Amino acid sequence: MCLAIPGKIIEVSSLISAPPGQESSWSPSSALVEVAGVRRRIDLGLLEDDKPVPGDWVLIHVGFAMSKISEQDAADQMNTLRMLGEIDGAMQEVEGYGLEDVN
Amino acid sequence: MRFVDEFRSPELISKTAEEIRRLAGSERHYRMMEVCGGHTHAIYRFGLKDILPENIELIHGPGCPVCVLPMGRIDDGLSIAQDTNVIFAAFGDMMRVPGTQGSPLEHKARGMDVRIVYSPSDALKLARLNPDKHVMFFAIGFETTAPSTALTLMRARAEGIRNFSVFCNHVTIIPAMRAILASPDMRLEAFIGPGHVSTVIGCRPYEWIAKAEHKPIVVSGFEPLDILQSVVMLLRQLNASEAKVENQYKRVVPWEGNPAALKAMAEVFELRPYFEWRGLGTIPQSALSLREEYAEWDTERRFTVPGIRVTDPKAAQCGEVLRGVLKPRQCKLFGRECTPERPVGALMVSSEGSCAAYYNYEHRKATAPSALTMIA
Repeated sequence: MCLAIPGKIIEVSSLISAPPGQESSWSPSSALVEVAGVRRRIDLGLLEDDKPVPGDWVLIHVGFAMSKISEQDAADQMNTLRMLGEIDGAMQEVEGYGLEDVN
Repeated sequence: MRFVDEFRSPELISKTAEEIRRLAGSERHYRMMEVCGGHTHAIYRFGLKDILPENIELIHGPGCPVCVLPMGRIDDGLSIAQDTNVIFAAFGDMMRVPGTQGSPLEHKARGMDVRIVYSPSDALKLARLNPDKHVMFFAIGFETTAPSTALTLMRARAEGIRNFSVFCNHVTIIPAMRAILASPDMRLEAFIGPGHVSTVIGCRPYEWIAKAEHKPIVVSGFEPLDILQSVVMLLRQLNASEAKVENQYKRVVPWEGNPAALKAMAEVFELRPYFEWRGLGTIPQSALSLREEYAEWDTERRFTVPGIRVTDPKAAQCGEVLRGVLKPRQCKLFGRECTPERPVGALMVSSEGSCAAYYNYEHRKATAPSALTMIA
């Protein structure tokens, strides 16, 4: 849960259409990201002010992109996860996004 | 044993370790608390203690959300999910945390509908997929995860999904630090500030620690080099009798935090007047609950919550360990009754809990020197 997982933005898309009357305040979007070869959809709602574009790298917490980082920092973070012995946990988390590999 | 070349900039690590030895080369005893459980894990895993001089003492803080959750809250959540119409959804970290009648996983084995989710938005997805059931998301975490729960609730409200609620156990880090500083048996000189919480809240909320408490704090990354650099920054401040907030983790943490995340939290949550922390007791305004506008998605308003209060087993000294008064091995149960396989206290459950980290890595030291000692 407390893992920060680096992922590369592949494609950005709108998640749901805004309900009537809330268009201005409600425009959530999601992105297809790739983490060590695994592609899953994550939420971009917490980067509304600084939206990433395809090719950008982000740190992901519980399925939400939390901050933009450089490609080098992404590689370093992956290495840190590996050294911490958290890589399996991180990949299990990513694979579980969207309920794909669980339940 | 890990290989030396796994570490980023080994030559810089070596120089930084040398700088630490130079800066701490006096009789003075330095006591620093790393607030975040991620740092605790990294410190043990990388064997950082092996290369720090003996007069630098690292104290493990309360920043492990699983560890500070009182057992009564787990019992409360599970009691609601006794209703066969309710699905209990939680992060994997929660699954092995013991309640008085067993962990969520053990309840699942007895027939309760318990599901692991890796994101709050997937708990909402479960609700969409199971319109005849009620999905209760057992939310835990500091400011790192609270914004994601907030956005999920905003989405549930916008979409009008009514078979979904959040049992909110989100806590905030600043009041916990305040409580630790106020604790009479705690003597601390400096803080290694949490990395990922700070991506959300930024560095400004720590300013009172520098100004009012006159203690330095450095927000730190998680690599060995990050933590060592943070120790250098703290030593420089302490030796100069300064107290400032500094940011070692600039590549990820903006000084002002993440405005969108803070906005989502402000929209959905308000501060609870009081919340009980395991080991720290009741701390005012230290946890979040849902605002009135979200009452319909608030488990505690939708259901009757028993409000179970459980005293930790007397022999377990989780509280003293959490406050940094005792080292994990000084607890009477450590390594005997309480192990990662059969945890009595929550500090033994999570890899970020100081007891589990200590158990997993400290024992190993006798047999294998850490790769870091070879660099430094």
